Amino acid sequence: MRENHPQKTTEDDNRSSSIPDLARAEIAESSTSKNRTGLSEPVPGSNQTENPSPFPDQVLENVLENVLHFLSSRKDRNAASLVCRSWYRAEALTRSDLFIGNCYAVSPRRATNRFSRIKSVTVKGKPRFADFDLMPVDWGAHFTPWVSSLAQAYPWLEKLHLKRMTVTDDNLAVIADSFAGFRELLLVCCEGFGTPGLAAIAAKCRLLRVLELVESVIEVEDDEEVDWVSCFPNEGQTHLESLAFDCVECPVNFEALEGLVARSPCLKKLRLNRSVSMAQLHRLMLRAPQLTHLGTGSFSANENVDQEPDYASAFAACRSLVCLSGFREIWPDYLPAIYPVCANLTSLNFSYADVNAEQLKSVICHCHNLQILWVLDSVCDDGLQAVAATCKDLRELRVFPVDAREETEGPVSEVGLVAISQGCRKLESILFFCQTMTNAAVIAMSKNCPDLVVFRLCIIGVYRPDAVTQEPMDEGFGAIVMNCKKLTRLAVSGLLTDRAFEYIGRYGKLIRTLSVAFAGDTDLGLKYVLEGCPNLKKLEIRDSPFGDGALLSGLHHYYNMRFLWMSSCKLTRQACQEVARALPGLVLEVINNNEDAVNDIEILYMYRSLDGPRDDAPENVTIMQ
Amino acid sequence: MENSMGRHETEMNFKATELRLGLPGVDEMEKVPSNYSVLRSNKRSSPETSEVESINKTNLNTSNTICHDQDNAPPSNGVCRAQVVGWPPIRSYRKNSLQQKKGEEVGMYVKVSMAGAPYLRKIDLKVYKSYSELLKALENMFKCTFGEYSEREGYNGSEFAPTYEDKDGDWMLVGDVPWEMFMSSCKRLRVMKGSEAKGLGCF
Repeated sequence: MRENHPQKTTEDDNRSSSIPDLARAEIAESSTSKNRTGLSEPVPGSNQTENPSPFPDQVLENVLENVLHFLSSRKDRNAASLVCRSWYRAEALTRSDLFIGNCYAVSPRRATNRFSRIKSVTVKGKPRFADFDLMPVDWGAHFTPWVSSLAQAYPWLEKLHLKRMTVTDDNLAVIADSFAGFRELLLVCCEGFGTPGLAAIAAKCRLLRVLELVESVIEVEDDEEVDWVSCFPNEGQTHLESLAFDCVECPVNFEALEGLVARSPCLKKLRLNRSVSMAQLHRLMLRAPQLTHLGTGSFSANENVDQEPDYASAFAACRSLVCLSGFREIWPDYLPAIYPVCANLTSLNFSYADVNAEQLKSVICHCHNLQILWVLDSVCDDGLQAVAATCKDLRELRVFPVDAREETEGPVSEVGLVAISQGCRKLESILFFCQTMTNAAVIAMSKNCPDLVVFRLCIIGVYRPDAVTQEPMDEGFGAIVMNCKKLTRLAVSGLLTDRAFEYIGRYGKLIRTLSVAFAGDTDLGLKYVLEGCPNLKKLEIRDSPFGDGALLSGLHHYYNMRFLWMSSCKLTRQACQEVARALPGLVLEVINNNEDAVNDIEILYMYRSLDGPRDDAPENVTIMQ
Repeated sequence: MENSMGRHETEMNFKATELRLGLPGVDEMEKVPSNYSVLRSNKRSSPETSEVESINKTNLNTSNTICHDQDNAPPSNGVCRAQVVGWPPIRSYRKNSLQQKKGEEVGMYVKVSMAGAPYLRKIDLKVYKSYSELLKALENMFKCTFGEYSEREGYNGSEFAPTYEDKDGDWMLVGDVPWEMFMSSCKRLRVMKGSEAKGLGCF
């Protein structure tokens, strides 16, 4: 996940990042335009002593453009753009998907200047730890400057994907007004907008195919609540293929929704919010048996219905259903309704469904093709054992806690983890919350599941050692980095010494994202990682005793990273200043919630930027110069 | 000390005089076993690193706001636990969704009356996960026994029987309908004499 700016070093480029690279890139960029004019057509009327056919350079450019059109991978495109100026230019002309991994790493103007034919834009804003209330509410990641630049530069824009951005109703209105061919809007973990913005999109984007709101906070002021579903065109068929609004807390106009679904023959994905009852779900399913992805809404009854409709038949009629989610207020008595579709399911999200082991078993025993499963720990080790017994094709498992408080024991433990590792050998990604864990279980998983790409273990009890041996969890995580050779994302927890980080630095050569909390003993821990992990792009650390020495040991690598987050560690202002001086291409944001702290840093959020520090930082954010 | 910590008072007195790092008055979260001592230094405490035998949550960098999570009801033993901000790493969106569900049921207090008793009691239905838990609690509260429940005969043979008034205003025998349905339809409870309860039931 690289940003698109000229000075990035490719993965196989061994030169160390330093200031000259930025300067070189600047020169490359400006000379680009010079060359453009330099390569003009021969002046009409002049004596053409050369061959009358087009300049060979021109031919090469055309060929290049035609060939580069086929490059779809961002990584390939970035590499191609570094070959030489003409490749840089051709690549810029043929890129249609713009990915901005950090909205502050590059200005909208710079991005739109370089790429002129963009049809799809992805912008990511706040760092992940903002999700956990670790950042001030008004920190930034405003979409406003982007939307105005994009509206000007790409009137033919079709797709917008935003993650952790602050998006306003006004922004959405601008989108609705500016892009005649707009097709897809994905807002993931965004906030700042409400139903008026949704109404604008619904009303004006006549070619809309995808509207997906995922875990976003939709502000609802009572007097401003708008019936956005009714704003979709009332007549004629829509182009809708996917509509996801499960995170919208306010009720929707069901009649309008039903009408909309009836007029959307292409609708394949529908994710309802909790205001939709079981009976209403039934009616919608009858209208849309072609659905492949369904978010079931509340999955419980609002009203006492005299005769309950045959829910199981409705599900059975959806022969193409492969993904189920929702179950926001689940009434377990209704679970048998989904039995008919279980055999075809590849993805099941029960992470809002407080079901116990027996209830899960009744469903999971049919799910032989399941690849993705999200559950709450209410299913207990027993439930996980049932998963292990049936879901032999499982690739991704997430187990969330019902109760997020620290307890001495929890409903899931090493027993469940070992069972999963034994039954689901193809596992690639796991997120597991538990109260206690053992090294043996983690080691077992490292050996049984060699395909793991993502391993995130969250032992809720901070500083918890191995529940059986009372030793640190170093060996468990060590085994993971040693045995899982494809690992790119790791989150550690429990009692960890510097040894754990030594393992990570020695074996975690492919790791791109590392999350650390309440771990380590000395600066050495962080040093091991910064010196040992060449592919590290995102490093987020909280409440760990890493200080200035550790921070300064990463100077050779920071230009290669998307960001570094360190909160409640042992950093001082001086060290941050030193880094800022040594690496002028970095932006160091220091956020102090406590006014008293003069020298000590509470939060350091550091990232590379081509356009220097932002100008929209709130008061409690200081940018080191 | 708060009343809720009453039964820990003796223990707390020792703790009150114990020398330790950390804010006073906060419960110790957990102890690292003594065969493994860990060096942890708190930025806010003395600059020399000190050996600390037990890990107290307050030993964490206290510049991190430690707040009491008001949304979580205190556990039944009455001790309020301090929560570290942003831990565990669950999106507020998800936390709020789950808590909202619980929140809707918070305060599911229903009045309970007993035949022959002049006063009413109130219980929080949300605290119970099943009929057996609820019945045990009622038995305790009113010093009575309900005997075995059977679908056919209700609580036949026992002196008292638990009944409830549902949404429609009908008096039903506790245990006839699935627990979830009971939870959502029960308006109040009444412990009736066995003879009074004979005529009740769905069918």
